[in-house]
Amino acid sequence: MNRSDFPMLDQDLIYFDNGATTFKPNTVISSINEYYTKYSANAHRGDYDISYKVDLKYEDVRDKVKDFINAKEKEEIIFTSGTTMSLNLVASAFFEKYLESGDEVLITKTEHASNVLPWFNLANKLGIKISYIDLDSDYHVTIDNVKKAITNKTKVISLAYITNVIGDKRPIKEITKIAHENNIFVVVDAAQAIAHTKIDVQDLDIDFLAFSAHKMYGPTGVGVLYGKKELLDEANPYMLGGGMNESFDNENEVLLKSLPYKFEAGTQNIAGVIGLGAAIDYINNIGIENISVYESKLRDYLINKLEKISFIDIINYEADGAIVSFNVDKIFSQDVAYYLNKYNVCVRAGNHCAKLVKNVTGVTNSVRISLALYNTEEEIDEVVNLLSDYEKIRNEMI
Amino acid sequence: MDDEVKKEIILENYSNPSNYQKIDDGSYEKYNTNNDSCVDNLNFYIKIEDNIIKDLKFEGEACAISKASSSIFTDNVIGKSINDAITYIGEFENMIDQKPYNEDTLKDACCFCDIYKQNNRRNCAYLPYRGLKKYLENYINK
Repeated sequence: MNRSDFPMLDQDLIYFDNGATTFKPNTVISSINEYYTKYSANAHRGDYDISYKVDLKYEDVRDKVKDFINAKEKEEIIFTSGTTMSLNLVASAFFEKYLESGDEVLITKTEHASNVLPWFNLANKLGIKISYIDLDSDYHVTIDNVKKAITNKTKVISLAYITNVIGDKRPIKEITKIAHENNIFVVVDAAQAIAHTKIDVQDLDIDFLAFSAHKMYGPTGVGVLYGKKELLDEANPYMLGGGMNESFDNENEVLLKSLPYKFEAGTQNIAGVIGLGAAIDYINNIGIENISVYESKLRDYLINKLEKISFIDIINYEADGAIVSFNVDKIFSQDVAYYLNKYNVCVRAGNHCAKLVKNVTGVTNSVRISLALYNTEEEIDEVVNLLSDYEKIRNEMI
Repeated sequence: MDDEVKKEIILENYSNPSNYQKIDDGSYEKYNTNNDSCVDNLNFYIKIEDNIIKDLKFEGEACAISKASSSIFTDNVIGKSINDAITYIGEFENMIDQKPYNEDTLKDACCFCDIYKQNNRRNCAYLPYRGLKKYLENYINK
C-alpha cells in the first residue's frame, strides 16, 4: 500500500530489509528539508521568531510521541539517538543506581545486542546476575516460563516486544502484571514493534520503553526512551552539558533541569525529531491497526509460498511480527543474499546482531525477510520465484 | 582467466574444499579469523617447522567465496617458507587492490582477480590471507 509516498521505491528494487531500516515517505523528507531551509535555528533559545518556531515544533513532537504510545505525561518522553542509546541510558542512569550485587536481570537468548550488552556491562560493574527465560519449541516466551525464571533476587525483566530474528511478539501485559506483583521493573525494546503493532504503555504498564525513528519510516539518529515519571525522576543524568542544567557555580552546586530536559544535554537532533513527528503523522494517517493487518496477511502469503519449497528451511513459522527467517539447504545465508542482490532484491543475511540466538535455535545465521507496509504480494511472488530454482541459486551465488 | 573458468574453480573449491578438516593434534597451532561485517568464521590449524609451513587446515562457517578462497589459499601456502608465504599474501593483496601482480605466484587464486568490484565479497576472498598475515606477524615477533 501507499507505494507512491516513498521515493526510494521509484528505483527498480525489492526492499525486504525493513527490520534493519525502513524507507522514508515524502512527508518525512520534506519536514526535515523544511526545517533546514525555513527555520534552521537551535531549540530553547526563543529570543527570536525562528528559534521560537523550533521550540514549538520540537515540543509538538513530544506530544505526538506521548499520544502515539499513550504515555500519561509528555515529561515521560526523552529524545535519544535511537533504541541503543535509550537502552544504555536506562541501564546506566537508572539501574546502575538501583541494582545491587546479587540482583538478577531476566532476558532471553533471542534479544538483540543492545538489550544484552548493557546488562552484561552492569553485571561486570555491579556483580548482578543475568539469567535467561526459557523459550518454548517455537522460541517464544510463555508466561509459565517467565514465572519459572523469577526468583526473589529478580529485579528487572528486559525484553524485546517483537524480536528481530524470530519475530515473536511477547505477552508484555501479562509479563508486567506478574513482574509488578513481584516488585520487578519491566524494560521493553520496541525497535521491531513500533511500526507494526499498537503500543499503549499505560495499558501494558511498561516501566521503560525504547524505540528508534528509522524503523518506523522516520530518520536515522533519533529515537525515544519512555519511562514512568517517578522512575525517570529518580534516575541520574546520562550526559551532562548545556540544556540539561538549571544553574551551576562549582562542583558542589549544580542544579539540574527537571524532566525531560535532564536527559537531553547538548543540541539535540532537531531535524530528526521533526522527522519523527512526520513519521508518526504518516503512520497515524494510515492507522497502525491497518498496517498490522496488512503486514500479517503479507507474512502469511510469504510463509505459504516458502514452505512449498522443499530445500528451504523456515526457522520461524509462527510469528506475529513481519519477519521470516530461513535458510536454503547447504547454501550459506550470505550467498543467498548475494544471489538475490543480483536481481535487486535486498535481504539481510547473518546473525542479525542477536548472537545468543544460535544457542537456542542451533542456527548460527539465516536469511531474513522483514516486511513493511509498502511491500506487496507481487514482490513476494518475484522473490519466491527466484528462490524456487536451486540450481540457479547455486550457479549465481558467486 | 575466462569468467566461466573462474566460476568453475570457485564452485569446485567450495563444493570440495582442499584441507577442510578440524584438527585436534598438539603439533598444530589454531588461529581464528572472521569477518566483522558478516558471519564468516573460520578456524585454521597450522604446523610450522624450520620456518616452513608444513601443513595448514581449516574448518568453520563461511560463504562460498571465503571457503573457496581458503581452499585455494591452503593449497598454495603449504610447503612455503614463512617469507614466501608473506610474499604470496602480498601478491594477493596487489591483485585485489588492482596493482600489478604475479599470476605464477597466485596460480588458481587468480580466479578472484575481479573481486575488487564487490567490496563485501572482496573481504570474503581476503579472509584467509588476513588471518595468516596476522598470525605470522605474531609468530615472527615471538
